[in-house]
Amino acid sequence: MILRVKDVSVARGGVAVLEELNFEITPGQALIVKGPNGVGKTTLLRTVAGLQPPLKGQVEAPEEVVAYAAHSDGLKTMLSVEENLRFWADVFGQSNIEKAIQAFDLVDLRSRLAGSLSAGQKRRLGLARLLVTGRPIWVLDEPTVSLDAASVQLFADAVRSHLADGGSALLATHIDLGLDVTVLDVGPFRAKQGDAPVSGYDEAFL
Amino acid sequence: MKALLFRDLKLAFRAGGGFGLGIAFFLIVVILVPFSVGPESGLLTKIAPGVLWLGALLACLLSLDRILALDWEDGTLDLVATSPLPLEGVVTVKALAHWLTTGVPLVVAAPVFGVLLNLPPQGFVWLVTSLALGTPALSVIGTFGAALTVGIKRGGLLLSLLILPLYVPTLIFGAELARRGAEGQDITTPLFMLAGITFGVIALLPFASALVLRMNLR
Repeated sequence: MILRVKDVSVARGGVAVLEELNFEITPGQALIVKGPNGVGKTTLLRTVAGLQPPLKGQVEAPEEVVAYAAHSDGLKTMLSVEENLRFWADVFGQSNIEKAIQAFDLVDLRSRLAGSLSAGQKRRLGLARLLVTGRPIWVLDEPTVSLDAASVQLFADAVRSHLADGGSALLATHIDLGLDVTVLDVGPFRAKQGDAPVSGYDEAFL
Repeated sequence: MKALLFRDLKLAFRAGGGFGLGIAFFLIVVILVPFSVGPESGLLTKIAPGVLWLGALLACLLSLDRILALDWEDGTLDLVATSPLPLEGVVTVKALAHWLTTGVPLVVAAPVFGVLLNLPPQGFVWLVTSLALGTPALSVIGTFGAALTVGIKRGGLLLSLLILPLYVPTLIFGAELARRGAEGQDITTPLFMLAGITFGVIALLPFASALVLRMNLR
């Protein structure tokens, strides 16, 4: 389950933002993508997840190995925590949601409607979804947003055990998870042309 | 697939899910028409099939932007696109869920509303047949429109304008089938045309919807 990114350039809104990226993620490895706002981290992650084609180069990975989590958690406010997880487990052909509920401390919240959760609790539910996908490569965009210190620890533990099970992860995050990770600063790969991001417009696409 | 269908149905029936929106709109149209055209019963009988079809079509149009917009807003579409479900299947299931929550209630309610409009007795069978045959096409075409406009904030207006011309053939042959049925004429031609349109769009449009959806998700 090696994911290779070869000479990849990515574009946001038709404008190249990152160029000539090369890296690979092997089982048990976590790679953290760092760089200033607007540099194209989200675009890179969306490309790796297969949501958009790279401008140039290729992302080499076996079919259906990537579990993607973005800024929005894909939760239905009128479904309970358990129903939300059950749905995603069914979509990914898995049956066990208990492990995910335990890992992200959602036991007491399981029958609450997702709409009545706090931002941090929603985020925990969104991250618990990763465990029910059964996919080996996690591609996570700012996974710790709105999490408190204890929840960040839960998340770090989940990533650690995922890596120990032979999984791997590609994360865009600004905080230190206390994990043994490789850091990739994408700043130097910024595309030469189309630089001058208009603030506001640019943020909307992150 | 099944999980997606059941989830959509469950969401439609929970508070704020929008089930009943279409049927309520249909009821309003049908109740207001006799007041606006006057009490002449011959006239009402004559226009009943057309009014019922128009009401059903507009009721269907009302709920189209919910098909994909909600899933887009909360990020579900991105996550579904990276899941094992093929997008062609996803849009088909979405259209099916829309039909089950909007089209089927319209078909069931139409005979009752037909009474309000003084529809002749022999017209009921063909009214129900035409709606049962035509409303799936409305949902499938509507899903295509929803896929085209997904990601556009408050794209309801654009969606309606894009979809209206595509709805015209279904409306023409659907209403014609109901009218001929009510007047006891030969129904073969509109029946086959309506069936052709419905089966044609069911066979082809999901591929187009999935394609535009994929482009819109980029």
